[in-house]
Amino acid sequence: MHQTVEAALEINLLHANQAGANHNRAHFDQWGITCLNIMSSPGAGKTVLLERTLAALNPDLKMAVIEGDMTTELDAERLRQYGVPVIAINTGRSCHLDSKMVSGGLHSLAADYNPAEFDLVFVENVGNLVCPAEFEVGEHGKVALISVTEGEDKPLKYPIMFQEADCLLISKIDLAPYLDIDLNRLESNVRQINPQVTIIRLSAKTGAGLETWLTWLRNQVK
Amino acid sequence: MHETDMTKALILTVRQWWEEQPSRPQIDTIHLTVGQFTCVEPASLQFAFAAQTQKGFLEGVKLAIHETPLVAFCHACQEEYKPKIGLHYSCPSCQSPMEDIRSGRELKIDRIEYTQSCVEI
Repeated sequence: MHQTVEAALEINLLHANQAGANHNRAHFDQWGITCLNIMSSPGAGKTVLLERTLAALNPDLKMAVIEGDMTTELDAERLRQYGVPVIAINTGRSCHLDSKMVSGGLHSLAADYNPAEFDLVFVENVGNLVCPAEFEVGEHGKVALISVTEGEDKPLKYPIMFQEADCLLISKIDLAPYLDIDLNRLESNVRQINPQVTIIRLSAKTGAGLETWLTWLRNQVK
Repeated sequence: MHETDMTKALILTVRQWWEEQPSRPQIDTIHLTVGQFTCVEPASLQFAFAAQTQKGFLEGVKLAIHETPLVAFCHACQEEYKPKIGLHYSCPSCQSPMEDIRSGRELKIDRIEYTQSCVEI
C-alpha cells in the first residue's frame, strides 16, 4: 500500500550557489581580502574602468581580478598589462559567474600567490543586466555600471541588478551632451528601487569622477 | 538562459534531500515559489526542468510553480502597494522609494510530494 506524503523543504532554490558563495566569502575574510562584484550590460565600460582603477591604485593596494567572459581572454589580456594577477574564467554558454566558478578562480590565485597578501579582488562578471544579480559569488559588495548610451529607463526594466547594487557608476558621461538623456531622471529611477545606493557619475576616458570612485573603493577595503 | 543553471541548483538540492531519505521515495511533485520580482521565468524553468530530468531519479516528476506578486510596504503611508514592474516602483501615494518588499523576491523549494510505502496491518 502506498500513500502520498509531503515534506516541507523551505530551501532557497539557489541554496547550492549560496552555500558556495558563503564558502568563498569565508576565504576572503580569512585572507583579509575585500571582494567586489562588478556588473553591467556588455559594453558599459567595466574593463576600461578596471584598467583605470588598477593603474591608479597599483601598487598602493595589492589587487587581483577574476575575469568572467563567455569565450575569450581578450579582457583578461588587457588587464594583465597592469601588473596584477588576472584569472580568466570562461563561462561557456553561461551568462553569469556563479560561486563555483569563482571558487575555481580563488584556488588558482591561492596556488600561485600568497592570498593573504591581497587587499582587493575584483570579480568582473559577464556582461548581462539580468541574471548576475541573482547569483552571489561571495562578494562583499556589488558595483553596477550603466552607461549614458543605455538610456534612463534601464533601471526600471532591469530592476534587480540596480536594487542589489551598493554602488552605481553612471559611465561614459563625456558622451551625455550628444545624447537625449536626462541623468537626473536616470538617478531618480534608480532611487525608486534603491534609495541607499551610492551613485557616481564618471568617464574613464576623461577621468571625470574617477577620484570619487577611487575614494569610495579605498573606503571599502578592510 | 540562467534557468538552466537554476534548474541544476534545484536538482542538486533535491538530490541531497532524496539521498538523505532512508527509503529513497518516488517523488511525484516538487513545489516551488517563484516571485515575480526575480530574474526567473517560470516557463523557461519548466522547460529546463523537463530537459534535465529526462533520465535519473527525477524522471517524470512534476514541477509546480506558485508565482507570488510584487508587493511593497510604504512606511510613510503605512500601506501595502503593488509596484508596476518595468514602469514604477515608488509609492503611488507619496512617491517614497520602494524599500520594504513584502512579496515577490521568493525563489524557494517549498515542499516535495512523494509516495511512501506503508506496511498493512
